[in-house]
Amino acid sequence: MSKYTEDDLREELKTKEYEYGFYTDIESDTFPNGLNEDIVRAISKRKEEPEWMTEWRLEAFKVWKEMTEPEWANVHYKKPDFQGISYYSAPNSKPKYDSLDEVDPELLATFAKLGISIDEQKKLANVAMDVVVDSVSVATTFKKTLGEKGIIFMSISEAIKEHPELVKKHLGTVVPQKDNFYAALNSAVFSDGSFCYIPKGVRCPMELSTYFRINQAGTGQFERTLVIADEGSYVSYLEGCTAPSRDENQLHAAVVELIALDDAEIKYSTVQNWYPGNAEGKGGVFNFVTKRGLCEKNAKISWTQVETGSAVTWKYPSCVLKGDNSVGEFYSIAVTNNYQQADTGTKMIHLGKNTKSTIISKGISAGKSQNSYRGLVQINSRAENARNFSQCDSLLMGNECGAHTFPYIEAKNKTAKIEHEATTSKIGEDQIFYCNQRGIDTEKAIALIVNGFSKDVLNKLPMEFAVEAQKLLEISLEGSVG
Amino acid sequence: MDLKEKLVSSFLAFENHVDIDGYIHDVRSDAIKVFEEKGFPSKKEEDWKYTSLNSVLKEDYSVFPKQENALDYKDVKKYFIHDIDTYKIIFIDGKYSSHLSQTTHDGIDVCLMSSALNKPKYQLIIENYFNKAATKDSLASLNTAFSNEGAYIHIPKNKVVEKPIQILHFSTGKESATMLQPRNLIVVDENSHVQIIERHQSLTNNPVLTNSVTEIFTNKRAIVDYYKIQNDNQHASLIDNTFIKQKRESLASVHTFAFGGKLIRNNLNFYQEGERLDSTLKGITIIGDKQHVDHNTLVHHIEPNCESHQDYKGIFSDSSTGVFNGKVLVNKEAQKTNAFQSNNNILLSDKASINTKPQLEIFADDVKCSHGCTIGQLDESAMFYMRSRGIPEKEAKALLMFAFSNNVLSSVKIPELKQRITKIIANKLGVNLGFDL
Repeated sequence: MSKYTEDDLREELKTKEYEYGFYTDIESDTFPNGLNEDIVRAISKRKEEPEWMTEWRLEAFKVWKEMTEPEWANVHYKKPDFQGISYYSAPNSKPKYDSLDEVDPELLATFAKLGISIDEQKKLANVAMDVVVDSVSVATTFKKTLGEKGIIFMSISEAIKEHPELVKKHLGTVVPQKDNFYAALNSAVFSDGSFCYIPKGVRCPMELSTYFRINQAGTGQFERTLVIADEGSYVSYLEGCTAPSRDENQLHAAVVELIALDDAEIKYSTVQNWYPGNAEGKGGVFNFVTKRGLCEKNAKISWTQVETGSAVTWKYPSCVLKGDNSVGEFYSIAVTNNYQQADTGTKMIHLGKNTKSTIISKGISAGKSQNSYRGLVQINSRAENARNFSQCDSLLMGNECGAHTFPYIEAKNKTAKIEHEATTSKIGEDQIFYCNQRGIDTEKAIALIVNGFSKDVLNKLPMEFAVEAQKLLEISLEGSVG
Repeated sequence: MDLKEKLVSSFLAFENHVDIDGYIHDVRSDAIKVFEEKGFPSKKEEDWKYTSLNSVLKEDYSVFPKQENALDYKDVKKYFIHDIDTYKIIFIDGKYSSHLSQTTHDGIDVCLMSSALNKPKYQLIIENYFNKAATKDSLASLNTAFSNEGAYIHIPKNKVVEKPIQILHFSTGKESATMLQPRNLIVVDENSHVQIIERHQSLTNNPVLTNSVTEIFTNKRAIVDYYKIQNDNQHASLIDNTFIKQKRESLASVHTFAFGGKLIRNNLNFYQEGERLDSTLKGITIIGDKQHVDHNTLVHHIEPNCESHQDYKGIFSDSSTGVFNGKVLVNKEAQKTNAFQSNNNILLSDKASINTKPQLEIFADDVKCSHGCTIGQLDESAMFYMRSRGIPEKEAKALLMFAFSNNVLSSVKIPELKQRITKIIANKLGVNLGFDL
C-alpha cells in the first residue's frame, strides 16, 4: 500500500485546509458536535424540509437513542464517539486546485493506472474545470434524455421538495427507521443522497451514476439513496467510483433502498474505495451501510459490489423476494489488505413462490487483514419452490490474514432447494511458477490470478466499470507479495 | 424455584454425599461458580440461536439420584448390541448397575468414574486428564460441578481392545422428573485402539434431562471410534457435550445417530494438538413429530498437516426442526490443513424446518478448506423410475433415504452395530426392505 501514500495526502489536506482558513470561513455552516433533537430539527430546517420529514427524522432519532451498536460482526475497532461528530457540515471541504499540475503526482499516477480520462481526473481531484469540458454540460444532456422518458433522477433533498408523494410513500419502507443502529442514525441525520424513479415500462437508456451528477459533489457522510423502478421498468445504477477517495469523514452510515415493482429490474453496482488507513492500520473510514431491495412480482434486483477500501466494512446488501417469481442476485468481491477488516455478505429473504437467488462472493485477504462473508438465506414456509445457490470463495495471501464464512441457512419449506459451497485456498506456487516461466513477474502474475478468481463477479459489472475495477484489484494488492 | 437455583442450592448437599477429595473438590467448586455466573444458555447467545432450552428447563427435576433401581436384563436386552460380546458399563437412574455390567481391570481399565475419582491408583490419570478438555461454558461446568458417576476407560500403550465397550444409561422414571449428569473420561494411550458405543434410554413417560460430558484423549497413533445412538422417547432430552483432544497421528471418529428424543443438542468439539492426525465427525438425523435435533460441532486445527472430515445428513418430517452449526477453526500455524465439511438435508414436510450454519474461520493460507450444504427433496425422477418398476412409494422413498445416508453408515466399523442402525432406520421409515445394507 506504500505506493498510495494516502497518509501523506491526508496530512497535506489537513494542513491545506488551515492554510485557506477553511474553518473560519464556513463556521456558520457547521453545526456543533453532538446529536440531540435540536440538531435533527436544525438539519431538517437547513434543508428546508416539510414538516412530515422533520417528524420522520425525529421518530428515527427517538429509536436510535434507545439502540446500542451491534457487536456481532467479526470486526474490531474503537467505537466512534457519536456525540463527538458534527452532523452537518458544508459538503465541499476539499481544497480546490487551478490545474492538474498542482495535484499530488502520486494521486495522478493512480488515476493513470486506473485509466481514468483527464477530464474525470480533474473532477476527481477537485480541479476547477473550464466551461467546455465541464461535465455540467454532460450532465445537462443526460438530464434532458432522462427527462424525455419521464425518469426522475435528482438529489433526495430536491426530491423531498419536488416529489414529496413518491418519497413519502416509499422512504423507509424497505429499511425502516428502527431497522438497526446505523440505519436509525442515518434516518435521523442523513444529509443528502440520490433519488431515482423510473416510470412504468421505461427502460433507462443509460447507466445512472452519482458520479456524473454535478449537483451532488462529494458524497455525504450519511447518504440516503432511494431507487424506485415502477412496473416493467429497468435501470442500472452505479454508485461510487474506482478512484481513491480521500474522504475526511471517519464514519459513513449510508442507507440504500431499492424498490422493484412488478416485472421491474434494478441492477445496482458499487465500487467502494475509501481511505483504508495506512499500512499500520491507523485511520481509515468506518463504512457501516444498510442496503436492501424489495422485489415485487417477477421483479429482479441484482447487487454487484467491489469493496476495496475502508478500514472497517459492515455491509449486507439484501433482497426481500416478496413477489412470486422474483429474483435476487448478489455478486461481491471484497479485498482487504494491511489491517483492513471487512464483514460483508447478503441476506436473501424468500417470501414469494418460485423465488430464486444467487450469491457469488469472492473474498481476497492479504497482509494482516480479516475478511468475513456473512450471509443469510431464509426460505419462509409459503415460499414454494424457492431456489438458492451460494458460492463463497476465499483467497488468502500470507499467513497473517484471515478468511471467515458465516453462512446462515434457514429453510421452512419442503420444496426449497438450497446449495451452498465455500472454499478457501491460496494462490498456488505452481500457478505463479507457470507465469514466471513465461516472463510474467510475480506481481503481475498475482494480479492475473486474482482477476481470474474474481472473473465471475467482474463480468457482472457494467463494462467501463469492470475495466477499472480490474485495475483497482491490482493496485489494492500491490506490495502484498513478499 | 427455577432449575438453576435448585442446582446451585443442591450443590452443597451433593458435595456432602460424595467423598471430598482435595483436587476434585476444587474443580467442582470452581465449576459451580462458573455455572452460577453464566446460567443456562439462552437464545440470545449465538451458539444457541436456533435452540431454546426453555421447554426442557421448566420441569421440576430431581437433580441427583437418590435410590438404586434395578432392571431385569430381559426387559432391556433390546437396547443392547447383544449379538456380540462386549464390555458393558450400565447405569440406571445415574447409579451404576453391577448386575447388568461387565467391566474389567485386566490390562485395561473399563470401570466407573466414581471409583476412579476416589482411589489413589487412578489419581495420576485423573489429575492429568480430568476436566482438561472440557470447556468452561455453562453446561459443561454444570456437569463438572456434579461430576461423580460415569464411565472411566483407560487403555494403556499398545493394546487393541478386542471387543467394543457399551455405555448405557437407563432411566426408570421412578421419580417424576429426573436430571442426569453422567461424566465419562476416556484415555487411550499410544498405539491403542478402542471402540465405544453410547446410548441413553428412558423407559418411562416421565421427563428426563441428561446433561452429559465425555472427555476423550487420544495419544500418539491411538485409534478411537465412538458411536452415539440417540433413539429415545418423546419425553427425554439430551445435551451431549463431547470434547476430544488428539495427539499426533491419532485417528478419532464420532458417529452420531439421532433418531429421537424431545430435544437433542450435541456439542462435539475436536482439538487437534498434534501433526498428521485425522478427525472424523459423521451423523445421521431422522426425526419427526415435534422433535428437535441440534448438532453443534467444532474442529480446531491447531497444528499443521492435519485432516478433518465432517458429514452430516438429516431427514426431517412433521414439525421437526434440525439445526447444524459446524465450525472449522484453522490457526495460522496449521498450514497444509485439509478440512472438509458437508451437511445435506431433506425436508419432507412444510412444517419441518432446518437451520444450518456451516462456518469457516481460517487464519492460515496454505490450506484446503471447503464446506458444502444443501437442502432439497427426494429426486422425483428417481422416484418415478422405481415406481414404474413396481416399487411402492413408501419403499421407494425409504430406498432413496437409505442411499442418502449411506455415506455415513458405510464408515461404521462394527457390522452388528451397522445392522442395528439399519433396522432402526427401517423402523423409523416403517418399511421392511428385506435386506441389510
